Amino acid sequence: MLEANKQIIKGRAVVDDDWSVLRLDEGESADAVTVPEGKVIVPLTVWQAQRGQLAARAAIGVWIASDERPEALKGELDKFALVAVDFPKFTDGRGYSIAFNLRKRLGYTGELRAIGDVLRDQLFAMSRVGFDAYATRPDRSIDDALKGLTVFSETYQGSVDQPLPLFRRKQRDVRLEESDIAFGI
Amino acid sequence: MYRYDQYDHLIVRERIAQYRDQVQRRLSDELTETEFLPLRLQNGLYMQRHAYMLRVAVPYGLLSSKQMRMFAHIARKYDRGYGHFTTRQNIQYNWLELERTPDILADLASVEMHAIQTSGNCIRNITTDEFAGVAADELIDPRPFCEILRQWSTFHPEFIALPRKFKVAVNGAVEDRAAIAIHDIGLTMVRNEAGEVGFKYMVGGGMGRTPILGSVIREFLPWQHLLTYTEAVMRVYNQYGRRDNKYKARIKILVKALGVEEFTRQVEEEWADLKDGPETLTEEELARVSAYFAPPAYETLTPIDPLAAHADNQAFANWLKRNVKPHKVPGYASVLLSLKKTGVPPGDATAEQMDFVADLADRYSFGELRVTHEQNLVLADVKQSDLFTVWTQAKSRGLATPNIGLLTDIISCPGGDFCSLANAKSIPIAAAIAERFDKLDFQHDIGDIELNISGCINACGHHHVGSIGVLGVDKDGSEWYQVSIGGSQGNNAAIGKIIGPSFSGLQMPEVISRLLHVYVRDRIEGERFVDTAQRLGITPFKEHVYATPIKVSELVGEDDA
Repeated sequence: MLEANKQIIKGRAVVDDDWSVLRLDEGESADAVTVPEGKVIVPLTVWQAQRGQLAARAAIGVWIASDERPEALKGELDKFALVAVDFPKFTDGRGYSIAFNLRKRLGYTGELRAIGDVLRDQLFAMSRVGFDAYATRPDRSIDDALKGLTVFSETYQGSVDQPLPLFRRKQRDVRLEESDIAFGI
Repeated sequence: MYRYDQYDHLIVRERIAQYRDQVQRRLSDELTETEFLPLRLQNGLYMQRHAYMLRVAVPYGLLSSKQMRMFAHIARKYDRGYGHFTTRQNIQYNWLELERTPDILADLASVEMHAIQTSGNCIRNITTDEFAGVAADELIDPRPFCEILRQWSTFHPEFIALPRKFKVAVNGAVEDRAAIAIHDIGLTMVRNEAGEVGFKYMVGGGMGRTPILGSVIREFLPWQHLLTYTEAVMRVYNQYGRRDNKYKARIKILVKALGVEEFTRQVEEEWADLKDGPETLTEEELARVSAYFAPPAYETLTPIDPLAAHADNQAFANWLKRNVKPHKVPGYASVLLSLKKTGVPPGDATAEQMDFVADLADRYSFGELRVTHEQNLVLADVKQSDLFTVWTQAKSRGLATPNIGLLTDIISCPGGDFCSLANAKSIPIAAAIAERFDKLDFQHDIGDIELNISGCINACGHHHVGSIGVLGVDKDGSEWYQVSIGGSQGNNAAIGKIIGPSFSGLQMPEVISRLLHVYVRDRIEGERFVDTAQRLGITPFKEHVYATPIKVSELVGEDDA
């Protein structure tokens, strides 16, 4: 089954997109499935089974399921135009750790896209752990979803977007009455 | 206590704006209930049997008189004039309208409070010793580390959709009053041989369907590494904790499945990448946060015997014995205000009582209060010379029942009267038991005992670690109660053992009476109920309880709801 979003969020903008996500249907196997021509993001298992042919393509993407390990792509990350992480449900938070590890441990610097059950209220956290592209669920307004990226202007802990925790970045202990920060919210 | 700076305020205010918008989207059906559910839960909002319930965080149980007055205000303005203090040192309001919840958060923010992560599959409110900073047996004040953990875990981007809820407790005293062994992470503050401060790091304790005590995965973690090491634990759990069955999703199941050794190995491997990284705590940050917990301006006092001037006052003597605890500063004591008056659901306080204890705190205890995980309130810094006055005043408002640690100091969840998860009611059971054993002389004779009641297997009433634990179960659509004995919290934590087939609610007071009978009959000098139960095992208790048919008594409080 091939899924395509006409538009995705990239960085902080809604842009047109011409990639498709290949998902194995029941009964299909990773080594036998035919990967269509064009810009396709294939499951990790398909990449591993058909690495030879797929690597020769002009552009190929791979996606990691929430129960798979990003380390499986160690040493190969430069072969992909993009890497995606699947969120089967928005309550499944494994993808956040997968993204973090891709960026921090494996040093991946290319496009990292969230796919699957991706909704507005997850985007801020996703952006923090290293995602920079979001294929939001097509039954919801993507322009509304964009607002999810800017809910917080400050955070306590470090992550991929900002490696330093607040206590290493800012002079704290200014009382509100001496500051106009957050005024008007 | 900790005060918000500009960044704490900013984050809480932006959170309110986000939540207000989420509520709006739910009301306009832009969000389905399924989608809204995890969002509202991360903000402590549950849909209960009758209305919405909001759980407000009391970080590590510490609050100011101003904050307590705000609780009273919220109880009056948005609820039915009362609130319920919980076993996680928080407060819950039971009768709310969804539309007004954002306004409650705005009111809370004005006194530096929030409801962030009081529910949902994320890191919950950190709990600690209710006598932190004042206990005579304290080694290191855990509160600065609780606050540091609070900030670190607030909206942690990687750990907002964990397999299941996650609870952390920290203890800094000789006696563990924070029940650390039944927490997902239980930390004990220790010094190593060189005198450096660190943590004994325990993981994988929990109650619920599979009660397990935590396992130590590191004997000494220097304090600088608290956050990086915790991050490593969380990452292992987030990736490998089970997500296919919510009853097997807590970290305790993962630790059990992998084995402590393998779990520890994975944590250490994860930590190798994080150790000494930017999240490593600095002296400056610890000093900054610790400054908020500096001792108040204690007077230099000579210790007195508070009973001396009232030697013939048995009621005052009882209260001193049960509700007053030693303080590390001479001439001071800590006072427990009992929220367990017979006839009142355990942990409930009216708006008037809240205002009143706020006044007491201002007058006698540097304007601060604490909530205990046994659902009582604490005035931590009372002069011994003020104890008689405090007692007289607290008594006038029904807050001086001298039953702390006794039979009627019952821990109970809200149960089936309120909670949609519950299999059975718990408050009427607590009420019936309290009524039956209301006589104080009898309670004092029985001595220290923890009677803990949960309305379902989620164990909010901590029944597994009660000297007597009562668990509500559903059998063919009716409410039954399973009884266990010999559980204990603290340094010698133990999980209680079930004595046999369950009972009806009406039988429960008699069941308790029979258990106590065996204790009184078989106890050795100085033994508490739990000691006798652990020494003898369940057999003699079981034999006596089931020996003859159990007559039923009348339940009380049934028509309250």
